[in-house]
Amino acid sequence: MEELVYQQLKETVYQETMDNGLKVFLLSKPEMAKTFGIFTTNYGSIDQTFTPIGKDEKVTVPEGIAHFLEHKLFEKEDRDVFQDFTKLGASANAFTSFTKTAYLFSATSHIEENVETLLNFVQDPYFSEESVEKEKGIISQEIRMYDDQPDWRAFFGTIQSLYHEHPVKVDIAGTVDSIQEITKDDLYTCYETFYHPSNMVLFVAGNFEPKAMMNQIRDNQNQKEFPDAPAINRSYPDEPATVAKKENSITMPVTTAKALVGVKEDVTELEGDELLRAELLSDMILDYYFSKSGPFYEELYENDLIDDSFSYETELDRQFGFTILGGDTRHPEQMTKRIKEMLHELKKESISKEDFTRMKRKKIGQFMRALNSLEFIANQFTHYHTLGVDLFDVLPVIESLTTEDADEYLKHWIKDEAITVFQVKPQ
Amino acid sequence: MKLTKETLLNKQGYRLHILPSDKYKTISIVAKFKTPLTREGITERALLPHVLQKATSRHPNVRSLQAALENLYGTALSSDGTKKGENHVISFRMEVVNEAYLNDQEPILEEALELFNEVLFEPKKVGEGFDPQIVEREKQTLEQRISSIKDDRMSYANLRLMDHMCEGEPYALHVHGYLDDLKDITPESLYKYYEQMVQNDMLDVYVIGDLDQAFIEKMTDRFFIREGSQNKDNDQVSVSKKIDKVEEIVEREEVNQGKLHIGYRTYTKFGDDDYYALQIFNGIFGGFPSSKLFMNVREKHSLAYYAASRFESHKGLLLVFSGIDPNDYDQAKSIILEQMEAMKKGDFTEEQVEETKEQVIHQLQETMDNANGLIEVLYHQMISGAEMPADQLIERIRNVTKQDVIDMANKIELDTIYFLTSQEGGE
Repeated sequence: MEELVYQQLKETVYQETMDNGLKVFLLSKPEMAKTFGIFTTNYGSIDQTFTPIGKDEKVTVPEGIAHFLEHKLFEKEDRDVFQDFTKLGASANAFTSFTKTAYLFSATSHIEENVETLLNFVQDPYFSEESVEKEKGIISQEIRMYDDQPDWRAFFGTIQSLYHEHPVKVDIAGTVDSIQEITKDDLYTCYETFYHPSNMVLFVAGNFEPKAMMNQIRDNQNQKEFPDAPAINRSYPDEPATVAKKENSITMPVTTAKALVGVKEDVTELEGDELLRAELLSDMILDYYFSKSGPFYEELYENDLIDDSFSYETELDRQFGFTILGGDTRHPEQMTKRIKEMLHELKKESISKEDFTRMKRKKIGQFMRALNSLEFIANQFTHYHTLGVDLFDVLPVIESLTTEDADEYLKHWIKDEAITVFQVKPQ
Repeated sequence: MKLTKETLLNKQGYRLHILPSDKYKTISIVAKFKTPLTREGITERALLPHVLQKATSRHPNVRSLQAALENLYGTALSSDGTKKGENHVISFRMEVVNEAYLNDQEPILEEALELFNEVLFEPKKVGEGFDPQIVEREKQTLEQRISSIKDDRMSYANLRLMDHMCEGEPYALHVHGYLDDLKDITPESLYKYYEQMVQNDMLDVYVIGDLDQAFIEKMTDRFFIREGSQNKDNDQVSVSKKIDKVEEIVEREEVNQGKLHIGYRTYTKFGDDDYYALQIFNGIFGGFPSSKLFMNVREKHSLAYYAASRFESHKGLLLVFSGIDPNDYDQAKSIILEQMEAMKKGDFTEEQVEETKEQVIHQLQETMDNANGLIEVLYHQMISGAEMPADQLIERIRNVTKQDVIDMANKIELDTIYFLTSQEGGE
């Protein structure tokens, strides 16, 4: 067990890689009542084409299968795992993203048993034809719920316009049609390939004694047998740097139109701290121009092109990246036109030292606030870990950024062929 | 479980609550203005927090104010208006990084408190009112927010259920206000309302974090003075309407998924002796994934992705909500009603009661780990006159018996069934 001490933040992380390859991180917070544990596999909706473990040929599985598998891991031959956590006074949940599937619990008692339950249920799949069929109705309603959410439709519509081929354009839950094709055997194929401990991370944060906890986890893992895992062979289509569609729209029964401007980010060269720096710079630049203190926000807001639903985000991950800005608007055409112009104007912009210092302070404060949440620490630490970044290095990396870095980023960021516009129009 | 020690001080025009806690890297300050819920004033109260957050005497525009917050290490400022039973509460929240975690030694907290005071008590004034440009723009934004409520189907269905079920009761009032009233608001009339609110609302100020109590008192004495206000309690006690007959209402919109929302009256409020039994009742009925609603509507019949219940603590309501296929209305409805009948008959085990207690206690402890969560718990207690330390609260929950839960179930009465469905969907 290795100890990572972060002086300024007064935090210590304990880490160990188990013999089977599972990476475990523990953060002890005795001042909290709660413990939060999250068990994550580096497998999400974009991992649709791969060579299954023990096979030679690539397969492409139905859309939405990672998410379907997440649902089905909770059901065992004789019980529903939710009940196991319930009996231990804990609450459990799970989520699937583009690149990850995660299982989690939060508890204020029976911490050891809850960690044990988490490890055991994820590492002991039981899929049957009958239960796979039953789940189709539930997930269909989940998809229908999202179909009625204009913000989700706008977000996904934008991503679909950004990408030609890449499976990031496929809705994480799949479609009502695509999930009908899923079989029990598909689930086992995906499970065996992507749920090997060497592809997974366990993070537990909260009220426990780290040494005893690590021993318990080690014992648990040593009792289980896993085959040796060859490297996972995932395959993704070639994706051009251009956007698939420069503009697109849907109509929905909404009162107010929604419009988003999307920027396709090139992440092929980015890894580790480089990726972190790109993410921070892009956040800080967006903050500087498009947050409520920003000149662009002011202009858009004063001219009634945006309202307080306006937001922006940059997401950089393995395989893909995007920046999306927008929200509700009464004037979608003017709004998207003006935001596009603003993005192009960034090339010629430069941020003063004083303003950049302000943005750094803002970022540091945001990060500190986020650290109040065990969930944030555990999720984000895991996410960054799979990308070769240490969450607690965020602080020194922010400190190290200079106005030159920002100006350089501004100069090369926006390319016309990487911009798309998506609208949700009222019927 | 460690209790948070609260110091309560009666200050000039407000109650100051100081909560030392080492759980956070930030210090949170929350100011709560409470008044009886009435149609007159509700629209002003929806608008006011947005206007106050745009400019102060020293910061004449939003960019200047936001930049000041950013310089204070991204201090977060937010506000919201909520119903607490038949009362309305506006909360202003500020969260500041604890100086102990920063490299440079600046008096961030002091400056932040000064700024917080400015936002609340020293707004930008033009003539006898607020800045007309700001008011005009915020009126537009609020107008848009009111018209877009429909776009979020779940909130809209809930709003419509309340419209029908609580018609004529203050609780049915919309927190976003009303378009009819909005158009008559002027910068001067809004300022008058503001002065009245500052004078007459019941004000509680909470400060929580790893803090020096004497310093906080010194700072609040310097910055927070409410001249001439008596800070009298003005609680409007809510009365539960007797139910003459169960209403069933079907409304149609362009939706993919139907929203089935059912309202019951519990005749039990926060602070009542049987409130703890209500918590356990709700847990077994629809509060957790182990509940009857989740197990039957979702797991057994695959009719929904979500089917759950929650209760309104200050009004005595129990609300069921589920997203279903428009054609499954009758089946879903009868399954939900059957679950209530089962509760009334005591069709659940002692073991379920015990497990649910642990779940409810876990939820409470988890809430109290969070700064805002803890403040909410304490504030609820305060305004209901039911102050109780956490260990006593937990003991009360532990003391609930199966018979208490059955009694509670039999006290609960069905009031209104509301279904938001598609144009062509069945009933």
